[in-house]
Amino acid sequence: MSVAIPETLEEALQVAAADPEVQVLAGGTDLMVEVNFGYRRPASVCALHRIAELHAQRQDDGEVVIGAMTTYHDMERGVIAAALPGLAQAGRTVGSPQIRNAGTVGGNLATASPAGDTLPVLMALDSTVVVASVAGRREVPISDFLVGPKRNALGPGELIVEVRVPHLRGPQEFLKVGARNAMVIAVCSLALVVDLERRRVACALGSVGPTVLRAFEAEERAAQEIDWQTGRLGDPAFAPEFGRLVAAAARPIDDHRSTAGYRRHAIGVLAERALRRSA
Amino acid sequence: MIADTAPAVRERPGRVGESAPRPDGVPKVRGEFAYSSDLYAEGMLWGATVRSTQVHARVRSVDVSAAWATPGVRAVITASDVPGSAHYGLDSDDQPVFAAGVVRHVGEPIAAIAADRPETARLAASRVVVDYEPLAPLLDPEESLTAEPIHPNGNVFRHLPIRKGDPDAVGDVVVEGTYTTGMQDQAFLGPESGLAIPDDDGGGVELFISTQWLHIDRDQVAACLGLPPDKVRLTLSGVGGAFGAREDISLQVHVCLLALVTARPVKMVYSREESFLGHVHRHPARMWYRHHATHDGVLVKVEARLLLDGGAYLSSSHHVLGNAASFAVGPYRVPNVVIDSWNVRTNNPPCGAMRGFGVVQACFGHESQMDKLARALGRDPVELRLMNALGPGDTGVTGQRITGTLPMAEVIARTAALPMPPDLDDEPPMLALPGGAGRTADRARVVRGVGFAANYKNLMYAEGFDDFSTARCRIEHGVVTIDCACAEVGQGFVTIALQIAREVLRIDEVVLAPANTAEVGSAGSTSASRQTWMSGGAVEAACTAARDRVLAEVAGRVGLPVSDLDLRGDRVVSRDGRIDLTMTEAIEGLVVDEVREFHHARTHPFDEHGQGDAHVSFAGAAHRAVVDVDLDLGLVRVVQIATAQDVGRALNPLSVGGQIEGGVAQGLGLALMEEILVDDGRIRNASFTDYLVPTALDAPEVVWSLIEEPEPGAPFGAKGVGEPPVVSSTPAIVSAIRAATGLDLTRVPVRPEDLALGGREHGL
Amino acid sequence: MTGTGSISDIEPRLGYSLRVNGRDHEVDGAWVGDSLLRVLRDRLGLSGSKNACEQGECGSCSVRLDGRLVCSCLVLAATAVGREITTIEGIAPEDGLTDVQDAMVTEGAVQCGFCTPGLVMAIHDLLDRNPAPTALETREAISGNLCRCTGYGRIFAAVDSTVASRRDAAS
Repeated sequence: MSVAIPETLEEALQVAAADPEVQVLAGGTDLMVEVNFGYRRPASVCALHRIAELHAQRQDDGEVVIGAMTTYHDMERGVIAAALPGLAQAGRTVGSPQIRNAGTVGGNLATASPAGDTLPVLMALDSTVVVASVAGRREVPISDFLVGPKRNALGPGELIVEVRVPHLRGPQEFLKVGARNAMVIAVCSLALVVDLERRRVACALGSVGPTVLRAFEAEERAAQEIDWQTGRLGDPAFAPEFGRLVAAAARPIDDHRSTAGYRRHAIGVLAERALRRSA
Repeated sequence: MIADTAPAVRERPGRVGESAPRPDGVPKVRGEFAYSSDLYAEGMLWGATVRSTQVHARVRSVDVSAAWATPGVRAVITASDVPGSAHYGLDSDDQPVFAAGVVRHVGEPIAAIAADRPETARLAASRVVVDYEPLAPLLDPEESLTAEPIHPNGNVFRHLPIRKGDPDAVGDVVVEGTYTTGMQDQAFLGPESGLAIPDDDGGGVELFISTQWLHIDRDQVAACLGLPPDKVRLTLSGVGGAFGAREDISLQVHVCLLALVTARPVKMVYSREESFLGHVHRHPARMWYRHHATHDGVLVKVEARLLLDGGAYLSSSHHVLGNAASFAVGPYRVPNVVIDSWNVRTNNPPCGAMRGFGVVQACFGHESQMDKLARALGRDPVELRLMNALGPGDTGVTGQRITGTLPMAEVIARTAALPMPPDLDDEPPMLALPGGAGRTADRARVVRGVGFAANYKNLMYAEGFDDFSTARCRIEHGVVTIDCACAEVGQGFVTIALQIAREVLRIDEVVLAPANTAEVGSAGSTSASRQTWMSGGAVEAACTAARDRVLAEVAGRVGLPVSDLDLRGDRVVSRDGRIDLTMTEAIEGLVVDEVREFHHARTHPFDEHGQGDAHVSFAGAAHRAVVDVDLDLGLVRVVQIATAQDVGRALNPLSVGGQIEGGVAQGLGLALMEEILVDDGRIRNASFTDYLVPTALDAPEVVWSLIEEPEPGAPFGAKGVGEPPVVSSTPAIVSAIRAATGLDLTRVPVRPEDLALGGREHGL
Repeated sequence: MTGTGSISDIEPRLGYSLRVNGRDHEVDGAWVGDSLLRVLRDRLGLSGSKNACEQGECGSCSVRLDGRLVCSCLVLAATAVGREITTIEGIAPEDGLTDVQDAMVTEGAVQCGFCTPGLVMAIHDLLDRNPAPTALETREAISGNLCRCTGYGRIFAAVDSTVASRRDAAS
């Protein structure tokens, strides 16, 4: 058993190459729960917190590059808050201040839970996940990265390095339903992005399917309904129709947190409200 | 972050009626207060428990060989290792120390392990192989009434009929309703834990434990260990909350037995998940009510049927039902009553005591009915409650006349008159709206509602139980020490005990010794809102006796009769002026040791019609809730709870306020989010991720007013204050949500889908 | 264990050094999966950080790690090497209280006290970042610290009184 705490990405990739079973530790907010409860007994751990380049956020040629170790706390300020308001909003809904100080975007992606709070925003923004191994880097569209419930597209020896998120002009919204007013796992969540330049609308849904879903039909209809000169809906009465279209795109289930019926209903309400706020 | 201008620790002793600070406050804020989970002993082992994974099954065999083979394991014990009674229980020994032939619920203990390290103990526990033969589970409490018994003692814990007045009376207006309440958890923060240290000769054991009643634990542990009670000594360690969940034995016998078997100290600490499995919960209830009233709104008759699911073992189910039935119609005059209530055994998780003790469930039923009746009569719901309010001289449903104070009308009127919160802004911050941090709200779809509810409840044990507490006041070397085995679980008895002792003795420097079973007799349970009265009364009595001894000694020294001495403030003064000294000076050189038992007035069992003077005293409270509801998403934010409470006399107003605010938060939890979800006998949400308790963003503003009418027979006139806040806050919140939405809402907790989809999702 | 690279496998136990409250503590024989909370409590004798859920939902184990408030149950202890850890035991002067601690006692914010150390840590963290929080900011900042006894009212009062006394001291 071993714990590696590399200082550079190269060292981390070497560790991952040498031991494909190594348990990568980002913020610990998911992994440590499983370790504490004895669900997982990692033989070896590679902790990433000392790797400076994974903590960086920067604006770069029309996109925001977010290091994998960027915390939810980091998302509420600086370049992310300025350029990606939807991601800042999503970050603020995660757990508690303690969790937001620890949990990271890379961890959220790797865990690939349908309830991962940043994932709908990253999905609606058509983000790209940059992964690396000793063999080199590759870029994976987020829709290909999130393979299924708690399943991602990382290959053996691969680590998430950063997420590249297009910097768009236009409103962004993130809304999340939970059964209490703070510190709650999403019953359902929704991200809406209006791209004023390319005249597109994107809408991604959390906790209403096996993984984060896009509501493509609703997006297309919304793009048609927006008067792009003003950025507002031509007819405000479209908003409920948008909600119905989004609800139709959901594939929710019953579980101990809610019912499929409520999730479908609520995601429609969130969609309608998000669109009203945005257009 | 170190404050360089740190203030010195403040000393402010405080007498009766003052908001004295807690004596354990400083160690608690410094992180130095030792909870049972913090204890350590040289050479100690760690225990772990093997629990049933089956709802109902015959245990064919338990194979512990792989567990034994785990390096570092020092003991593995099962039912056959229990030297004394194989069963325990608060009221009847129906619960096995370790399941032997049959398991009756998921989580039932089957074996325990001691090992060098906690993770080793847990690993070994996972290696115990239990061969089960599944049996048909009994999960529906209705079916339990007629099903094959799943326990030799039968399925019906209790059937309690109550008949008062004319069963055939009929009112002008009749409203009927069916209500259900979910299974709530006490969810104290400090999980079950204890440290057992065997005597050197192996003939006894000392247990440091977090519990609500040291002596009843001791008696049950001793019986199961086959030891005389004096060979089992319990000392209270720091208790991280209780709320009823520590009334029953959890790990006490297991950890003591492991210590005796290994001849080493053994510590056990439950995880949160294990805590959910290892203690009783609030009974889920199904209730049917029919209220009759005159056109003028005078209550004529209440008919009710209550069915509580007690789960696999008795615990305190018998008395929970007694309480639910006694207070089934609430704080109102009802001349004619027909109530039948049952508490039954199932293979669901065991249920027992939780703050409010049966009255919480009934209150949701009767207060929902009072609102319904007000609507049917076209009357104001507060006015309807006022005109029927119970008071001294009236009789409750069990025919007991209220002889003490019970200012229900004042409680209701004053609650209604408390200031309302300001209206919701047009553009409030998102965090101030339902949905909070999730940013879901649309201000235009948020509606405010106001609701009201009232309750009254008994204080102390009932139905003929000879309830008492013991206290001892020792004076030696100028130091006053109080011994009382009352379990401090956070409620603040340690503060009140000192305030009472200071008040009686007129001495500020008083020490409260750690609670244990070796130095003093039983204090009874920290439950039923009883310790301020019972142990407070015992401390008062012991200190009064000690003070009288001191006065007699002082008088005797100068040859005066004690009747010539007066207490003036903190001074002892003789009429002839020869003696004038402070009580602190008076105790110099004296040795005094006075023990007193305090018993409350006798109570009596119910007769076959559920009639009888079963209770000692009553206290009431009312709650007005103001809520904001997101109509489309069904999310709720409780804006304000206003409450007036009948407290007799507030011995420590700040502490009373803390009980009120804390109780309200638990009532809010039951109203909106707290429910143990049990599917086919299995808990689906045994974690703080999915069993949601209110956070700081869920807590409402609480406006409270104390009504002080001193209660005869109570020390300084003080009533217990812990339970009334939790009882009617729940129905008040639901009433407010009904006002906002127009929905019926017949079950708690109210789920978002119940509001957004009108309960369609659950067939309501 | 210092610097880069792996902790050598001393199956099944690890030894390393943690810097807690300004002092280096040797940890011997820890399991690789031990959380910082377990190491603080069970190996270093620092039991002020409480274990109530072990999944980051209650805040009772809150400590500061390089100045950031975190749940110590979610920190793998072996990865806290070389970082500054501040626990409840490290914030007050000997035999004294911080202003927050004093306010918690005085305002009746302590009942069973199990959540209290974590809350004290969270409130200091809040007031260090925001010396004059609004009521909602206070609620949000301590929303990760569950309290089952108080209903939070007296805790809000303790925050308010600390803010007021700091303001008075500053003016």
